Amino acid sequence: MALRLYTRFVALSTAVLIFAGGLVTSTGSGLSVPDWPNTYGWNMFTFPLEKMVGGIRFEHSHRLIASTVGFLILVLAIWLWRAEPRQWVRRLGYLALAAVITQGILGGITVLWYLPDPISIAHASLAQIVFCLTTAIALFTSRGWARTGALAPDDSMLRKLTVATTAWIYVQILIGATMRHTGAGSAIPDFPLAFGHVIPPHWDAKIAIHFAHRVGALIATALILATTGHVFYHHRRRGELLRSSMLLLVLLSAQITLGALTVLTWDGRIHYIINSLHVVTGASVLVTSLVLALRAHRSSFAAVRQSDAAVGRVPPESPAIGGGPARLVPPTPHAPPAGPNRTGARA
Amino acid sequence: MQPILPRVFGGRATGLTLAAMPVSVVLIAVALLSAACGGKSEEAPPPAAVTNPVDPATAGAITGVVKFEGKAPAAQPITMDSDSYCEKQPRNTIESVVVGEGSGLQNVFVYVKDGLGNRVFPVPSTSVVLDQKGCRYAPHVLGVQVGQTLEIASSDDTLHNVHAVPQQNREFNMAHQLAGIKHTHVFSTKEVMVPFKCDVHKWMNAFVGVLDHPFYAVTAGNGRFELKGLPPGTYTVEAWHEKLGTQTQTVTIGEKQTSDVAFTFKS
Repeated sequence: MALRLYTRFVALSTAVLIFAGGLVTSTGSGLSVPDWPNTYGWNMFTFPLEKMVGGIRFEHSHRLIASTVGFLILVLAIWLWRAEPRQWVRRLGYLALAAVITQGILGGITVLWYLPDPISIAHASLAQIVFCLTTAIALFTSRGWARTGALAPDDSMLRKLTVATTAWIYVQILIGATMRHTGAGSAIPDFPLAFGHVIPPHWDAKIAIHFAHRVGALIATALILATTGHVFYHHRRRGELLRSSMLLLVLLSAQITLGALTVLTWDGRIHYIINSLHVVTGASVLVTSLVLALRAHRSSFAAVRQSDAAVGRVPPESPAIGGGPARLVPPTPHAPPAGPNRTGARA
Repeated sequence: MQPILPRVFGGRATGLTLAAMPVSVVLIAVALLSAACGGKSEEAPPPAAVTNPVDPATAGAITGVVKFEGKAPAAQPITMDSDSYCEKQPRNTIESVVVGEGSGLQNVFVYVKDGLGNRVFPVPSTSVVLDQKGCRYAPHVLGVQVGQTLEIASSDDTLHNVHAVPQQNREFNMAHQLAGIKHTHVFSTKEVMVPFKCDVHKWMNAFVGVLDHPFYAVTAGNGRFELKGLPPGTYTVEAWHEKLGTQTQTVTIGEKQTSDVAFTFKS
């Protein structure tokens, strides 16, 4: 129970971190603290609060939140290592830890090297991966995941749609990160048209990146509508799919609105908040789509487990408590006895 | 806790043997103490000084004025509320377009762009000072020669970062955490202009013109400028403004002659 709550807390804290990172970029504060890992010569954790002025508020807060999230993920990885019976879930914890450490190093490098675009874009892109990992861990350790088990629908079209949608949303976020870090956010100043036309009448690299983000948004919208429409039509009785789909539509609406407002309020005083909300909502669209995709693949997890059970590597799955690719237990009588928490039927 | 050290650029890590350790420790300590009082950022050794090739007996000058045509934009106050120290400073206005007496345009960098041939000019031994005062850069536009020391100071009791974003020279970003702190920097390549900014305080910016000769000036409040000590010849003179762009004119001066030139920028 505590682990389930904790995984959700970690996933939520990752979203907060992405919002804080969005604030840094939106306010152009990335280099307001020239040194790293120190802050103006102080140890990061002893930097006086009264010195947090101007852009330092955003950059230093981002560093503190990042350190906290890094620590939370470290605890998560240790907790999973100690308490989680499924090896692949434990490995996800290690992967999340490695990703967040890499993310911190990228953050430091990008400051010390004056925000080179490739490093900054990699930093933004890896943040989404960290959020995906923490969300996936929260999903895999949830009661709902265990409860669904073999009852999950086996729909190949849904699987393909959700994978395509999730992959495209990630590509769209990469284009968005490129747009932000190359200063192309204001390259097209009007919305929904581009310089008063459907297609920009003139082009340069920044306009092309900006326009690609808009086209990418249309493709992402079409894919999300196709996916959620499929769920509503074919799986309206599957509560876990229906809830994810409805949330995805709500987030998509919010994201399109925020994207439009980001352009229309470019010179406004609250622009940086809207822009940062656009970033974190985009990340939320991604992880919601990921959750839908994983739930669409739930039967595959269960099938793997049933297959393993058939050859005696794991206990047979009980639909009441779910199934999945639990840590394989060798069928030989010489196998060392596994601990009570390592052979649970939950997957 | 006191700040440890400001950032110093241009340093190079070296391997230390045990035998060399005591000397190395002393050297490092001296370097650290030196850095604590300020820092130096140097891109390349300054060119060797040569005799000024301009004959003072024949030298002339270019004088002139830069004017603004049209309705001068209203002075926009700067909102400094993101830092309580800056908020207490005298209310200031954005310096991007400053029109003064007689429609004179202030903060225009006027310089000889072409016509000096391959003359080499001595590097001044004096420093040019760029201060951070009242949460603004002072002056807003200035010039410095390649190899000349630019002294970057802070008179403000708040944190600043000095972030230069040149295209031809090397980018740097320095922490200024104390009033009275100073850094120096030497540019290695001519560049018009090198933008300076403070990422802590968004409104703070300055522009530094880096040239390989001393024939430059920044217009005063009345838009006037003077380029003195030029050898007779024909020159391309450029006027650069941060918002209004650039204009060039060809000017010829004879021995001991002063030529007058006027630039007009429109909104």
